Amino acid sequence: MYSFEIERPATIAEAVAALKGEDAQALGGGQTLIPTLKQRLAMPGVLVSLAGIDAINGISRNGAGEFCIGGGSTHAAVAGGAGAYPALAALAGGIGDPAVRNRGTIGGSLANNDPSACYPAAALGSGATIVTNAREIAADDFFQGMFTTALDEGEIITEVRFAVPEVANYQKFEQPASRFALVGVFVAKYASGVRVAVTGASEEGVFRWAEAEAALSADFSAAALDGLTMSAAGMIGDLHGTAEYRAHLVAVMTRRAVQAAG
Amino acid sequence: MPNDIGHSASSKRREDVRFLTGVGNYTDDIDLHRQSHVVFLRSQVAHGRLKAVETTAAAAMPGVLRIFTGADFEGVGGIPTGWQITSRDGEVMQEPGHPVLAQGKVRFVGDMIAAVVAETEDQARDAAEAIELDIEELPAVIDMKAALAEGSPKVHDDLTGNLCYDWGFVEDNRDAVDAAIKAADHVTTLELVNNRLVANPMEPRVAIGDFAPGTGDSTLYTTSQNPHLIRLLMGAFVLGIPEHKLRVVAPDVGGGFGTKIFHYAEEAFCTFAAKALKRPVKWTSTRSEAFISDAHGRDHVTKIELALSKEGDFLAVRTDTHANMGAYLSTFAPAVPTWLHGILMAGNYKTPLIYVNVKAVFTNTVPVDAYRGAGRPEATFQLERVIDKAAREMGFDPIELRRRNFIHDFPYATPVAVEYDTGDYDATLDKLLEISDHAGFEARRDASAKKGLLRGLGINCYIEACGIAPSNLVGQLGARAGLYESATVRVNATGGLVVMTGSHSHGQGHETAFPQVIAKMIGIDENMIEIVHGDTANAPMGMGTYGSRSLAVGGSAMVRATEKIIAKAKKIAAHLLEASDADIELKDGQFSIVGTDKSVAWGEVTLAAYVPHNYPLDDIEPGLEETAFYDPTNFTYPAGAYSCEVEVDPDTGRVTIERFAAADDFGNVINPMIVEGQVHGGIGQGIGQALLEGAVYDDNGQLLTGSYMDYAMPRADDLPFFQVDHSCQTPCTHNPLGVKGCGEAGAIGSPPAVVNAVVDALQRAGLDVTHIDMPLSPARVWSAMNS
Ligand SMILES: Cc1cc2nc3c(=O)[nH]c(=O)nc-3n(C[C@H](O)[C@H](O)[C@H](O)COP(=O)(O)OP(=O)(O)OC[C@H]3O[C@@H](n4cnc5c(N)ncnc54)[C@H](O)[C@@H]3O)c2cc1C
Repeated sequence: MYSFEIERPATIAEAVAALKGEDAQALGGGQTLIPTLKQRLAMPGVLVSLAGIDAINGISRNGAGEFCIGGGSTHAAVAGGAGAYPALAALAGGIGDPAVRNRGTIGGSLANNDPSACYPAAALGSGATIVTNAREIAADDFFQGMFTTALDEGEIITEVRFAVPEVANYQKFEQPASRFALVGVFVAKYASGVRVAVTGASEEGVFRWAEAEAALSADFSAAALDGLTMSAAGMIGDLHGTAEYRAHLVAVMTRRAVQAAG
Repeated sequence: MPNDIGHSASSKRREDVRFLTGVGNYTDDIDLHRQSHVVFLRSQVAHGRLKAVETTAAAAMPGVLRIFTGADFEGVGGIPTGWQITSRDGEVMQEPGHPVLAQGKVRFVGDMIAAVVAETEDQARDAAEAIELDIEELPAVIDMKAALAEGSPKVHDDLTGNLCYDWGFVEDNRDAVDAAIKAADHVTTLELVNNRLVANPMEPRVAIGDFAPGTGDSTLYTTSQNPHLIRLLMGAFVLGIPEHKLRVVAPDVGGGFGTKIFHYAEEAFCTFAAKALKRPVKWTSTRSEAFISDAHGRDHVTKIELALSKEGDFLAVRTDTHANMGAYLSTFAPAVPTWLHGILMAGNYKTPLIYVNVKAVFTNTVPVDAYRGAGRPEATFQLERVIDKAAREMGFDPIELRRRNFIHDFPYATPVAVEYDTGDYDATLDKLLEISDHAGFEARRDASAKKGLLRGLGINCYIEACGIAPSNLVGQLGARAGLYESATVRVNATGGLVVMTGSHSHGQGHETAFPQVIAKMIGIDENMIEIVHGDTANAPMGMGTYGSRSLAVGGSAMVRATEKIIAKAKKIAAHLLEASDADIELKDGQFSIVGTDKSVAWGEVTLAAYVPHNYPLDDIEPGLEETAFYDPTNFTYPAGAYSCEVEVDPDTGRVTIERFAAADDFGNVINPMIVEGQVHGGIGQGIGQALLEGAVYDDNGQLLTGSYMDYAMPRADDLPFFQVDHSCQTPCTHNPLGVKGCGEAGAIGSPPAVVNAVVDALQRAGLDVTHIDMPLSPARVWSAMNS
């Protein structure tokens, strides 16, 4: 690790100001950033810890009935506090291990947009709204490929708003070593239709599976998926699984998610 | 009935209190006055010509004391190899030089190019990044067969090629084996890979060199399984420091699994640099560094053929193995695929003709050496897999086919040079079927099928050669060391004992089990006995701990030394009791005249030894301290039978282990709880190898599995509850404790059971899958099912 300064703002405004500094970077739970620093793969001059900003911490419901999760909320907080959206709580409870869940945050996970991370599937699969210090971004516009998002430099995720679906489920097939998602599929059924978001599989990062959404919107049953397959083109192939295997798992996990959602 | 000996057979591990409460004394816990820190600059390319190492700018950076490069080690010895193997043609193996820091070429990702010593580790790391390297990249030699092909680039330019040796065993049997295979009713052939593993002890390696200018003495603190061996190798072969001027201390060591046996260049560097700088020099490996610098394990590519009669008798076994040595020869590397592998190829069976061919190959990868089991897992895996395959091909029950070929008469001389002293393979197999509820398998299979899962059952036997090893024998086989063990038993005036042993405990529980042995011999409380190990300054020359040897060999040395103590103590007691020492018996800590009620207590005798007012000074010296060296006359041969039940998810290829049972014959058992713990850990690692672990290099020699993000370690929830049993006991006939060793069995016996079970599950589902290479990741199983 290279040495760095640390700032601990108490408000969003202070954090935004601190992030304007040269080589400044936001620090959420540090569960991705700290390992990166330990390997000397990044060299920020200042880390701006978001952990002390009360305004981005906590879970509530808004007037529209949306579930509003502060960007600094830990995975453990969501696992324990999102009972009204069980699929989301279960997803958060399945991330990493207790140490990771007690530190890692939803804002950090979405900002990082690891192609194998879980939260991007929930956000895209729920059509969530990502709220920042500057604007609101629809999930459909937020994820822009592996480790790439619509966030501008120094922009902070302050809240993530989820409309609660009728039923939903997340199926995660774990990569044996990291236990991130080798393939994860989030299925959510809303009155307006079904959304299916896939993580872990694509070289483009999290994506929606349009054919499955159409089939399930017409008939929300595993049978509706019969005959639907995912093409291996553009899927990740590595030592944990070929592109074909991942494409196959997308179909299997989608079916299981529908079955589990009931 | 199991013969579980000792006063309180399952004494709780006394060392665990300090380990679990964070008050152990590991090497990294040691910080010396004026200590400096070293960071090694390691090669990021697998193979390259080192054209320039520019250190001037780096040397001027804050805190830097000195930067060393290969040039500083010209005239210093290289890292030696402990075994010399002779090829089939009578030539000795090719043995490349292994400089402490790279000279001329880098040969694997992780090879050490320069060493920066600075006031702090961060300063050293900063300066290491500022070193400018000019490396002309060369094509990497990764695949073993390609490495032996005509025209392959050479890992070592001064060798004739990448072949280290071509070993045949037993060479005289070669033609007979070929003929038997040609003439047999049936030959089953299996090609397989024994996957490369990274040992991953919880504690990474650490070394601290220290030098006392006043006396000229050097000290090395290191995470080692055998400090005396390090002192010998490093002192005599690398740095030229006589043993009386060199002390090696291996304090608490957090797991070794083989990879901490070997003498590493980092140890030599820290000792050398401490003397050069007249300051302590400390190195602590990072986990990332461990992946590219701790010796790896296994990495064999094998073809095995088993010839059978139509009745199912094994007629001959022929194997052809390529064994990866990596870029340099690590300490025991040449011995692992040969003498620890070939001699086990009879397994538990009376196969009359066996021929083993091993080609050891240099590649641009981390050196490969012993890892828990070392050679024996590789032998067991191929043999037990090919037997399973043969049973399927010929329509035999795999259990009955094994039974039919079991060795029943002991001692049994195998056709591969070793003589098994005792064993009862039917007993362990019967016990296995009982504890694993073999009879209930079909019902469990039906239950799995109802869930849409494919259940399979895998069974295998194993034998290993432990208690390593008779020195005269290993000398003939090319060992450059003896493999005895030592113990000094020091009795104090007030009756407590300190036992200094050359065995080294790095998780095995010696501090608990060893006292049980001595306590029983004397009849005193085991808490009166303290085990001291890991420091060449106080323990007699010993060979350390590996090869499941510590109780069988080190324990035997302790028994011999204690016998000497008791003999002398009886003389003292006889004097005190005014009797003849022939009439003295020792029981429950009391010396008494046989047939009388006259006695003196242990403590009175020990006090007399050190306060010899009333003492036979004309006959014997005061004091009560004895040393014994024990050299075994044979290996020991633990054996057993393992079974595994798996469920395979047909949609994803994911395998879960539902049941696992192990019936082992370890001979006598001193502390059953420790034995079970050793078996549990071994099975954990065996299942790790079978399902999860695998070190993978790409064609350029980059390690793709260089962290836990990609190298899958077994975790508690990957493992079921184990049924383990050690009640079948055929005591070893040639050591005084009748013990055989239990440290590696779990890792040796378990991988074939897992793979046999998965193949069984797929075959029962009607799939034509005869083998899948480890690790049986979901992706591999799914591919096998769908190809
Ligand atoms: C052992 C382990 C296992 C894991 N397993 C999983 C898993 O199974 N599934 C999974 O999804 N993830 C997993 N993770 C990743 C974990 O969820 C991380 O917590 C998460 O990816 C990053 O969140 P963080 O709060 O720790 O962010 P940090 O590491 O602090 O930051 C990550 C990045 O996001 C930026 N950032 C942080 N917070 C904000 C914010 N509010 N607004 C804008 N930018 C921000 C930082 O500047 C940085 O670039 C695992 C991590 C570990 C160490």
